[in-house]
Amino acid sequence: MSWTKKILRVNLTEGTCTPEPLNMEWANDYLGQRGLATKYLVEETDPTVDPLSPDNKMIMATGPLTGTMASTGGRYSVITKGPLTGAIACSNSGGFIGNEFKNAGWDMIIFEGKSPTPVYLYIEDDLTELRPADDLWGKSAWEADEMLHKIHQNPELKIAVIGRTAENGCLFAGVINDLHRAAGRSGVGTVMASKNLKAVAVYGTKGVGSLDNPDAFFEAVADGKEVLAENAVTGQGLPTYGTQVLMNVINSVGGLPAKNMRDVGFEGAENISGEAMHEPRPSDGKPNLTTNGACFGCTIACGRISSIDKTHFSIKDQADKTQYQGSSGGLEYEAAWSLGADTGVDDLDALTYVNFVCNEDGFDPITFGCTVAAAMELFEAGKITLEDTGGIELKFGSAEALVAITEQLVTGEGFGAEIAMGSKRLCEKYDAPELSMSVKGLEFPAYDPRGFQGIGLNYATSNRGACHVRGYTIASEVLGIPVKTEQTDTDGKPELVKAFQDATALVDSAGICLFTTFAWGMDNIAPQIDAACEGDWSVDKCLEAGERIWNMERIYNNAAGFTADDDTLPKRLLKEAIKSGPTEGQVNRLGEMLPQYYELRGWTPEGVPTAETISRLGL
Amino acid sequence: MKMYLELYASLMPLLPPGNSRFRREIKVADNAVVQDIIDQYNIPKEQAHIVLVNGKFVCNERDQHKLVSGDVLSIWPPVAGG
Repeated sequence: MSWTKKILRVNLTEGTCTPEPLNMEWANDYLGQRGLATKYLVEETDPTVDPLSPDNKMIMATGPLTGTMASTGGRYSVITKGPLTGAIACSNSGGFIGNEFKNAGWDMIIFEGKSPTPVYLYIEDDLTELRPADDLWGKSAWEADEMLHKIHQNPELKIAVIGRTAENGCLFAGVINDLHRAAGRSGVGTVMASKNLKAVAVYGTKGVGSLDNPDAFFEAVADGKEVLAENAVTGQGLPTYGTQVLMNVINSVGGLPAKNMRDVGFEGAENISGEAMHEPRPSDGKPNLTTNGACFGCTIACGRISSIDKTHFSIKDQADKTQYQGSSGGLEYEAAWSLGADTGVDDLDALTYVNFVCNEDGFDPITFGCTVAAAMELFEAGKITLEDTGGIELKFGSAEALVAITEQLVTGEGFGAEIAMGSKRLCEKYDAPELSMSVKGLEFPAYDPRGFQGIGLNYATSNRGACHVRGYTIASEVLGIPVKTEQTDTDGKPELVKAFQDATALVDSAGICLFTTFAWGMDNIAPQIDAACEGDWSVDKCLEAGERIWNMERIYNNAAGFTADDDTLPKRLLKEAIKSGPTEGQVNRLGEMLPQYYELRGWTPEGVPTAETISRLGL
Repeated sequence: MKMYLELYASLMPLLPPGNSRFRREIKVADNAVVQDIIDQYNIPKEQAHIVLVNGKFVCNERDQHKLVSGDVLSIWPPVAGG
């Protein structure tokens, strides 16, 4: 339905919900979702704002293709200033709620201020109301979801909700929608909790409309779906094995970090891999993987729906854990890596359990797993003691310790309260800041920057900290998409990183899933946007919009206090060479790439966009 | 000579019987190249997408890349993640 041209402004302090027209001048420059919502945030907030103060704003935003027939057109994002990093935070989620926002007639919802008491936002088309959520506060995301469905007696209601970790102030809490999809990174759920906003419940009946050129749109969409279906990755590989198939690939090519990124290569990788999820288990003959799943409008269906072995220690004979007896979402590769390889745990059922808890109580498994891994290294070094952990033997490889600390994080009790601050603050507190594997305060995903030079540059320069889906050069460095580049070369990587970052910013602003780009180029995406939206959305305009969005985020971060000194990697990844395997001897050679990257971007050597760049992009 | 073949994901059924999940010790001719093994184990050309020898990519030179005793040849079909 392209843009609905309507946004909802929710003032939580005043308790008001006010419709506004969408700023179409901005939409023409920033498209939607990530780009357009960031433009609103930039215009309406002070970049130095305390992320958890009422003066920070939080925006839930769809893209123009959200809710349309475009494949994967169900995405939405949560945009705010993140409390974990202090940088721009933009977390993207699938599921079904993005479509529901559009069907109710809203492009985005801007939340401002802070409610005096817990509330939730109820939307039924034009009916928009803040309602009391005192009974929902203190409940997990899954419990609150069930309660809201019962209150409204509407199985079609779509819900985005925070869990108990957000309420407890965990700095990496996310926003859960549709039970197991998440705007997961950077602590966007913590911001939501700081506003006393427990949930958003939406039901839309308005349907699709306002396509600029319906005939051209359906033709472009059909062409796009054909490309996805015929591509071996999006048509077969992702639906069958999901993202988790990468576990063995990345381990084999010498790029799988392990044990707080101290090692590269994990001996237990195959036990937690996508293939292992297919194997029948001895207790009941069923595999961990129940089925694959798809988000709204998706013709790829990479999602994993899995179950825990009922004889596993995490849930066996525990009456208060009946919610984990059935099938639910996960494991995906990033979670399996952070909760598994990075903590040294190769117990697939333990990881599945912890991932379910991440979904039930809304926290980022990447930051959580990495923070536990950092704590394990601190424990090994004697900087954290049994007295600190309340008796938990926080050793690498201990599934029991991982499960115990997960449950403490949810309640906010014991050592869980320390894990809740993320690895940067934890390692600073215990006088070992160098053990935090993070950039700008955000922990790394599952690709070692020493094994892949390009992804290292992307991590160092990513606007939200160490994030793989800001510029997923692994597509090229491993998978050969669109062309294979040598993983240990730095030549050409600045160009590669910039191209991936700009294209991703556009995709994240359109309302579709980044995974389409395993098969689609901008020449597949631009015609769909162009036919849906008014204006001329050529390939060149799309790429320029992506670059504009990237620079806008950069300028915001610079104004928030970040400098070129923050475009770096932990010393371990720059100085400590990989000890063995196919990438033996490698460190990340960031210094060879960063100056050229700045130059390509039209930034000064200090990482500041030049006046010429600002002018060229109309910023 | 002896070497090791690893097949992953949907290629696993093409492995000869054995105990390891992914790996088999195999005997090959002394002058074998990567493509010989791909052919010998009936791996469709388009399914040999990621091909590694000892963890290093073999992209366009599969007809020329000679294997030596003890090499580990690892093959995946087209897959992705994120």
